[in-house]
Amino acid sequence: MANEHGQKWDRCLADSAVKIATGLGVGIVFSVLFFKRRTWPVAFGSGVGLGMGYSNCQQDFRSPYQLHGHRVKEP
Amino acid sequence: MLRVCLKGANSAARKCLCGNGVPLHPLQQCRSYTSGGSGSSAGKIVAASVFTVGGGVGGTILYANWDPKFRANVEKSIPYSDQLFGLALGPAAPPPVINKPRKVEPVQISSMSEVWKDSKHPKAKEVEKKAEQPDAEGPPAPAPQETLEEASAQVAQILSAIGEVPSVPAPGTHEAEAVPPPAALKGVPAAAAKCTECEHEPAVKERPEGEVAARLAEQDKAEQDLLTSLSSNLEDALGSTAKVTLQAIGAQEAALQAIAQHTRQLREAMEAEAPPDKKSTQWRVLEDALSERSRSVDEAGAAVLKAKAELDKLRGVIDGAKHLKIAAARPSILAAEENLHSMVVDLDSVVTRVQTAQSEAKIVSQYSELVNEAKAQFQKELNSITPEIQANWKGLRKLTQDDLNSLIAHAHRRIDQLNRELAEQRVREQIHIDSALEQQKLEDKKALEVAISTALEHNREQMRLEQEKKVEETREVMEAEMRTQLRRQAAAHTDHLRDVLKVQEQELRSEAEEILNSSLMEKETEYRRLTQDQLDSFTLDMSAAYARLKGMEEAIDSHVIAEEEARKAHQLWLSVEALNYTLKTAALNDPTEPLEGAVQAIKESCAEDEFAQALATALPSESLSRGVYSEASLRARFYAIRQLARRVALIDETRNSLYQYFLSYLQAMLLFEKAQEAPPAKLSAEDLDTFKLLSYAAYSLEHGDLELAAKLVNQLKGESRRVAQDWLKEARLTLETKQVVSLLSAYANAVGLGTTMAP
Repeated sequence: MANEHGQKWDRCLADSAVKIATGLGVGIVFSVLFFKRRTWPVAFGSGVGLGMGYSNCQQDFRSPYQLHGHRVKEP
Repeated sequence: MLRVCLKGANSAARKCLCGNGVPLHPLQQCRSYTSGGSGSSAGKIVAASVFTVGGGVGGTILYANWDPKFRANVEKSIPYSDQLFGLALGPAAPPPVINKPRKVEPVQISSMSEVWKDSKHPKAKEVEKKAEQPDAEGPPAPAPQETLEEASAQVAQILSAIGEVPSVPAPGTHEAEAVPPPAALKGVPAAAAKCTECEHEPAVKERPEGEVAARLAEQDKAEQDLLTSLSSNLEDALGSTAKVTLQAIGAQEAALQAIAQHTRQLREAMEAEAPPDKKSTQWRVLEDALSERSRSVDEAGAAVLKAKAELDKLRGVIDGAKHLKIAAARPSILAAEENLHSMVVDLDSVVTRVQTAQSEAKIVSQYSELVNEAKAQFQKELNSITPEIQANWKGLRKLTQDDLNSLIAHAHRRIDQLNRELAEQRVREQIHIDSALEQQKLEDKKALEVAISTALEHNREQMRLEQEKKVEETREVMEAEMRTQLRRQAAAHTDHLRDVLKVQEQELRSEAEEILNSSLMEKETEYRRLTQDQLDSFTLDMSAAYARLKGMEEAIDSHVIAEEEARKAHQLWLSVEALNYTLKTAALNDPTEPLEGAVQAIKESCAEDEFAQALATALPSESLSRGVYSEASLRARFYAIRQLARRVALIDETRNSLYQYFLSYLQAMLLFEKAQEAPPAKLSAEDLDTFKLLSYAAYSLEHGDLELAAKLVNQLKGESRRVAQDWLKEARLTLETKQVVSLLSAYANAVGLGTTMAP
């Protein structure tokens, strides 16, 4: 259990790194291919990757506390 | 206040952004904000902020008006918003609570109450009616109630099943009520009278039955005697009188016959012209008949007198019997009277017959006397005329013609004389006849009177006899009836007596039985008590001896048992020691060896000891299979856990985003707490902070109190708790195992101590 925290962080960082790199790469590709070597796709892509990584990380850390509930409307 | 804060924050942010604070993108931002002049820009800023804030507030209010949930939320979160909402919108509508079932219930209850009311109503009405009845109000009051009653008759019946509810209209019951009391009243006096009568009987001293019976018997006997004497008397008298009367009647008859014969003979003698010798015989026969007649008449008279005397005697006897007034003699008296009467009647009739015959005979005798006189006269005349012829009638041939002529002339003269006499006689005859008729009338009248009187007397006597007979009959009937009634009364009396006797008998019997039973029970209990005492003493002795024997046996057994126990305790102690030793085999970071073997040994060694068995099974399975960590290893591990827990102190269910993680890490870096702090006796709310708890736990661990440390770590919340869970589990296992082992060893020691006998 104590290791879980560390393991999560590892996963998180690895995942985020991969995603950022991927995003970066995709951004670069797009920037080169479609957007006339502008900077913004790169930034966009890396941002997307970062965001995804962040979100995944958060989800991972949150997962113990996730409650799946149904909203019951009153008749 | 929020507005103010917001405003302040906004303005501060703007200031911060476009003022003198740390500029991130100051110029552009400021430019975007400050398009116009600085003064007007400030006013514009202020206006814009006011509008924004007002719009925000207004929008909030509008939405709150539309959505009450939102209003409730806002009221909850923002302190004075409920007052604002109250001002703006009015009080919140009360929550539409689910009260349909409640609505249903009141309806049901009301219906029940209605039913109850309905059912109560007729009962109340009936009660009313009952109350009305003694007042005896008019029919119209009960009439509508009755209709209602009919409508809910069933309910009324069910409800009034217990009570007494008359179902008759008021006047009828009133009358009915009026009628029974008089009947009851009538019945009461009769009963009272009867009761008084009954009471009277015991008041009058009743003669004892034997005496009464004796008296009655005496009376009966006396009566019987009298009766028999009377009847015998009567019979005798009757017999004698009958005899005498018959005699008299016979005599009278004889007299009658004699008279008749005499008269006949006389008439014959008168009328017949027989030769003289026959005439003399006739006359002699006549004389005999006359004497016979007179004798018989005398006899008859005497007999009549005798009979009359007897009849008088009989009458006297009858009167005497009547005076005695014995009821049973009445019929005989009556019969005697009748006989008397009949005899009297017969006697009188015979006497009258004799008298008539006598009168006839007198007439005939008178006639015969007259004829004799005439004859004598004729003879005398003849003698006077012809004295010489007197000698003999038979010398008729010797007569001369002169004599014959003289005789004829005499005869003619006689004839003339006789004619003259006849004429005279005829004249006199008429007078005589008249006088005779007169006389005869008188005599007839007298005789008639006499006859009438006698007949009247006879009739009177007859009537009297009949009346007496009738009286006798009715008396008999009455007597019979009275007898039957008396018999009935006697029968009723005997029945009553029988019943009373029966009841008394039963009572007495039950009493006697009771006494008998009670005495029997007493005797029995006495007997039982004595036997029980004997038994008790005997059993006491026996039990004493037995107890001593048992004591000796037990002592021996207990010795054996004690030794056995000692051996077992020793074994247990050894196995517990083995367990303890295994606990000590924990390396620094590895758990001990699995305790299974030692526990098995313990279980084997104390197979019968329940407590040890329970304890042995109470060891957690993990410790058995895997072993437990030592305190030292746990202590070492704690510090790593502590670090981690400090780092994730801010993370819990609600705050678990990565930003929070960042903040938490920041906090852990920046916050310094004491490495070890003594935990207070009681934990307050502020002691439940993660860092404090961790420092308390560290302190207690350092001082060897794993238990307290575990307790404190247990108080962690959120992610810190989660990361410490592992350690906590291990700590728990270790603690459990240690507890059980210590218990076992304590128990083994105690048992060992217990089994060692003090010398």
